[in-house]
Amino acid sequence: MKKILKKLPDSKGHFNGYGGRFVPETLMPALHELEKAYKNYIKDKNFIEELSMLQKTYIGRPTALYFAKRLTEHLGGAKIYLKREDLCHTGAHKINNAIAQALLAKKMDKTRIIAETGAGQHGVATATGASLVGLECEIYMGSEDIRRQALNVFRMRLLGAKVTEVNIGSRTLKDAINEALRDWTTNVRYTHYVLGTAFGPHPYPQMVRDFQSVIGKEARQQILKAEGKLPDCLIACVGGGSNSIGLFYAFLNDNIKMTGVEAGGLGIESGKHAARFAGGSLGVFQGCKSYLLQDDDGNVLGTHSVSAGLDYASVGPEHCYLRDLKKIEYTYATDDEALKAFELLSRTEGIIPALESAHAIAEAVKVAPAMSKESIIIVNLSGRGDKDVQEVARIKGIGL
Amino acid sequence: MSRISKTFKKLKNSGKKALIPYIMAGDPSLHDTKKLVLELEEAGADMIELGVPFTDPLADGPAIQRAHERALSQNVTLRKVLPLVEEIRKDTNIPLILMTYYNPVFKYGIEAFVKEAARAGVDGVIVPDLIPDEAGDFISIAKKHKLDTIFLLAPTSTGDRIKKVAKASAGFIYYVSITGITGATLTVDETMKSTLEKLKKATKKPVAVGFGISKPEEAKLVADLADGIIIGSAIVRLIAEGKDIKGFVKAIKEAI
Ligand SMILES: Cc1ncc(COP(=O)(O)O)c(C=O)c1O
Repeated sequence: MKKILKKLPDSKGHFNGYGGRFVPETLMPALHELEKAYKNYIKDKNFIEELSMLQKTYIGRPTALYFAKRLTEHLGGAKIYLKREDLCHTGAHKINNAIAQALLAKKMDKTRIIAETGAGQHGVATATGASLVGLECEIYMGSEDIRRQALNVFRMRLLGAKVTEVNIGSRTLKDAINEALRDWTTNVRYTHYVLGTAFGPHPYPQMVRDFQSVIGKEARQQILKAEGKLPDCLIACVGGGSNSIGLFYAFLNDNIKMTGVEAGGLGIESGKHAARFAGGSLGVFQGCKSYLLQDDDGNVLGTHSVSAGLDYASVGPEHCYLRDLKKIEYTYATDDEALKAFELLSRTEGIIPALESAHAIAEAVKVAPAMSKESIIIVNLSGRGDKDVQEVARIKGIGL
Repeated sequence: MSRISKTFKKLKNSGKKALIPYIMAGDPSLHDTKKLVLELEEAGADMIELGVPFTDPLADGPAIQRAHERALSQNVTLRKVLPLVEEIRKDTNIPLILMTYYNPVFKYGIEAFVKEAARAGVDGVIVPDLIPDEAGDFISIAKKHKLDTIFLLAPTSTGDRIKKVAKASAGFIYYVSITGITGATLTVDETMKSTLEKLKKATKKPVAVGFGISKPEEAKLVADLADGIIIGSAIVRLIAEGKDIKGFVKAIKEAI
């Protein structure tokens, strides 16, 4: 008999010891209010209808499950399908969560939403959500990320959002989250914080997972229709962990190999990476207990990845729990491997992936050749690579 | 009775309010920190709050964020702050309270931290990103080693939260004067007055108010509503500018 997974988190937001709520007391009422509103609206018929209408007519769901024939032939093993989240409006899966939270914020009578962003995709998605439902919007972004994702910064401004540069700490995603939390602590009475990944204090890991789980729900139906059977393997990149849990969640009670791919940067030995499972230890950071890249004193280490969206020191708590259960395996791809996969997918399929998603492609490149031709892999193509084209050209020493 | 409780009792009996300055350990150096603590005591401080440097101080505004950065650049971490307290303890009996984010404590090991902090002469601990709901172990271990656990309340706190925080706190309760981070502008308003009144009904434990107090007049207004006041960013700013803190602290002391 199949072992059905326990429904987690518990009422305090714990995933078997991971997760929870580690925030200033000032935010507690807001977290309670959010939890209540979320649990209420997720069952509300009107909300569900409104959201699913927007998913269909605005985001462009369901996204295609595409059989990557030339990539499959090139690798010579398992059949590779791509779940095309890159085809979502604004170019990445981030919009699934951002639109849902913007809608929720409106229902909660908030007048302003804020968000952090690394790659800029979540910032763009949140700014889009704000325009869509009519809310004031401010996005926090590290100055290092502003440099490497300049295109997305301009997009956010076009969408009417205020983009605020964060010039302290490592000047990347984690510092943007600190600043967003400070803003929220100050303006909590009329502001909702649209956290962009399955991380942070309860109820965010659960709520973001639920809003992203549409990816796996669709993929499961689509692969059954296309192949008449479930896939053998699922692969997704893991920054905070939202596109991965979004794909995996609908398959958790199936007996399928699932692999989460972290950013290996310049290699684990170099210390310049964002592979929390390969190089981190248990810690408490930005609202929850999870794996963390930290030193012996509990200070948070700087991270490195060619992809801004994976360049983060901690990871969603549910991933720690699923790793303990051996439901999901975690590995990493280095910058070089991701850059190679970025070019490979562009040339074999005519799809330029986001550098984040290129980490997942890199893992498929490693495992597909050794698998039989009847076996099936689904790779979550979490976003498109337009935003990265400039940075990749820079790395290759090409002036645009 | 803990050193903190005794101090509050003594002050109360003589109709006075506690003045609790905050400085960052290791800003600008560990050696200076000891000197500053003794100066603060001389200037009239009743207890001292010592910040523990952390890479990601999410409850702090720019002034204290920079103090964290300055102290970290001196390689000061929790591991060095505990021996510093031991050093300071040789020369003074003033209650010493550590303000540390949770991860350094968690990484150190809760039991090891509490034991060593108590042994070094720390009297209480404030952890701004730890709420009572997640602090079960911390509270029981701290109780065992007679270390006061000081939790925070905010203007947004509801009746439930007030009860929970009051129950979990030992030594005193830290009321955050503003909806915001350290160093923001203070407003003494009805919310503050009514929350403090609710709080007084819910508990007999002393209440100190902090965040945003930067002038003697403000200190007076707030002190009239509570058992003590905490001043952080204003002092940290003076230290950053290399200015004298004694005169400032004396002026506050006289005002309250
Ligand atoms: C395209 C894309 N994929 C993946 C990620 C990583 O985030 P998560 O692990 O939450 O999916 C990001 C984050 O910015 C992204 O933009």
